[in-house]
Amino acid sequence: MTLRVQSAGLLTTVQDLGRSGHQQEGVPEGGAMDAFAHRMAALLVGNDERDAALEITLVGPSIVFERETLIALTGADLTATIDGRAMRLWRAAVVQEGTTLSFAQARAGCRAYLAVAGGIDVPLVLGSRSTYIRAGLGGMSGRALRGGDVLNIGTPPPLSMRIGAALRQPAQGSVAVGGWGAGASMRPAYTSAPTIRLIEGSHTRELSPNSRTQLTDGVFRLSPHCDRQGFRLEGPTLELMQPLELISEAVTFGTMQLPPGGAPIILMADRQTTGGYPRIANVATVDLPLMAQLKPGDSLRFTFISLDEAQRLYLAREREITQVKRAIELRHAH
Amino acid sequence: MRIVALGDRAFLIEVGASIDEVTHRRVRAVLARLESRAIPGVIEYVPAFASVAVHYDPARVPPWPFGESSSPHTRLAVALSAALEQLDDAPAAPSRTIDVPVCYGGDFGPDLDDVARLHDLLPDEVVRIHASGDYLAYMIGFMPGLAHLGGLDDRIATPRRREPRTNVPASSVGIGGRQTGVYPLVSPGGWNLIGRTPLRMFVANREPASLIGVGDRVRFRAIVRAEFDALDARRLAGA
Repeated sequence: MTLRVQSAGLLTTVQDLGRSGHQQEGVPEGGAMDAFAHRMAALLVGNDERDAALEITLVGPSIVFERETLIALTGADLTATIDGRAMRLWRAAVVQEGTTLSFAQARAGCRAYLAVAGGIDVPLVLGSRSTYIRAGLGGMSGRALRGGDVLNIGTPPPLSMRIGAALRQPAQGSVAVGGWGAGASMRPAYTSAPTIRLIEGSHTRELSPNSRTQLTDGVFRLSPHCDRQGFRLEGPTLELMQPLELISEAVTFGTMQLPPGGAPIILMADRQTTGGYPRIANVATVDLPLMAQLKPGDSLRFTFISLDEAQRLYLAREREITQVKRAIELRHAH
Repeated sequence: MRIVALGDRAFLIEVGASIDEVTHRRVRAVLARLESRAIPGVIEYVPAFASVAVHYDPARVPPWPFGESSSPHTRLAVALSAALEQLDDAPAAPSRTIDVPVCYGGDFGPDLDDVARLHDLLPDEVVRIHASGDYLAYMIGFMPGLAHLGGLDDRIATPRRREPRTNVPASSVGIGGRQTGVYPLVSPGGWNLIGRTPLRMFVANREPASLIGVGDRVRFRAIVRAEFDALDARRLAGA
C-alpha cells in the first residue's frame, strides 16, 4: 500500500509523537506540533496514536491514493478536497483507489494532520519516525516530502479494518465519510487570536514590573520568524530588572525565552534540547495545540494560571482523549 | 539542591550555578542515581552544566496509595527528593576517555594560521597546545552529538569569527571563545576551524549515536593527512 505525492506543498513532513530518550545526546524531541490533532487523526482511523502521519503546513500537497484507503484529516482547515469534493475534517473517510486529495487556501489554522490506517511506514530512527530536517533525521530520508515521493503505509490494525468496513456501507462514490468524529466541543478552542495560558517560569519574577504587566495586558503577534523550532513574537518589548548571566540548561516544548532584544521566543516541537536565555514563562501543555495552529501575523494574549491548574487541565484533556478512544473501540467492537 | 518546575511536564534539578568539575560531578551523581531508579512517570533526564532536567508525563505519575489528593508535580517532586537522599555517598560514575584523531591545518583548518597569529604563536604550537589538553564533556546539546568541552588552554582561546560560515563541514574541529569542539553535522557556525577528524561524532543508527557522552574525557591527537585519509577510507568502508 502506498501514497503517491504529486506535489508536496509548502512543508509536508512525516511526524509522530516525537523522539524521546535521546535528549542527552542533543537530539530534539520533535514530533507533531499539534499533538492533539495528530492523536485524533490516528484514533479516528483506528491507529495507535503513536503511529506516524503527515503534518501539512499552510499550503497542502496533492496526494494520490493508489488503493482504497481509510484516512482522517484534522487540525487546520486548508480547504481539502477529494477529487474536487470538499473533505470533512475530524472525520474518518474511506477514499477509493485512484482518488486525489488536494488543498487550496488556508481558511483557519496552520497545520493539518493526515492519518492513514496503518500509519506512514518510514524507518524508525532513534525510536521515532518524526522528521527532524536540521539534522536530516527520520521521516522521508530526513527531509520534507517532494513531488514524486512514494510513501509506504503500514498494515492496518483490525480496528481500522472494522472502521473501514462500517464506512463502506453503503457506497457513496469516491469517498465515504463517517457520521461521527471529534466534535468541536471536544477540541481545543482553536482561534487565530487565542489567549494562551502560561505557567510561571524560573525568571518570571525577574521581569521588570512594567514588562510583567505588558506580558499579560499586551497583544503579541507571531513574527515572520516562526518555524517548527520556535515562534518569535512581536509586540511589547520586555525587559528584566537586571541582566542575568545564565548557563545553558534544559528547555521544553512551550518554554518562553527572552533574548536580550526583548522580543520573546516560544520554543516549539523541534526546539534544541538546551538553551541559555532567561525563561520567563511556560505555555500550559493544553494550549500548545492553539499555539501550533497560529501563523505569522496572528495575534495572541497571555494569562497566567497555576501549575496545579495546568496539570488539572492536562489530566482532563487526557481523560477526554481516552474516552474518544474507548468510544471508537466500542462502536467498532466486532 | 533545588527542584523547580519547568512548565507542567518537566522539573529542573539545580545542583549548582557555575561551570566547574565539582558541579559537573554532582550533576553526574544526580543523573546516575535517578537513572538507577525506575521512577514512574519519568520520560527522560537531560543533564546540563549545573542541572538535570526531568521530563515526565503527569498522567503517568502514580497516585499516592492513601491521603489527600494532590497534583502530579507534587507527587513526583516528593519521589525525586526521596531518590536523591544521601547522594554524597554515591560513588563517582566511571569516566571514559575518547581519543579523537585530528588532521590540523590546511584545507581542514582554514583558521589555524589566524588563531596562531592572534596569539603570536606558530601554527604548530597551537596544534601542540590543543592536542595536549585534557578535555571534559560537560554536556551534549545545541545540536545532536555536539559535546560542550571544558579545558581549553587560555593561550589559544579565540573569539568567534565576526562572519559565521554558512556551511561548516561535519567533523570540523574548532575554537570558539574558551570552548573547543567538533561540529557533528554540516551546519552554520562561527568557530575558528583548526582541523578535522575522520570520526563521525553523531550517527543515528549507531549505539550510542553520540560518540562523546556526558562526563567523557576527550583527547585530541594530531595525525597527518595520510592517516586521516586511511581512517576516513576505513570508516567509509564500514569498518
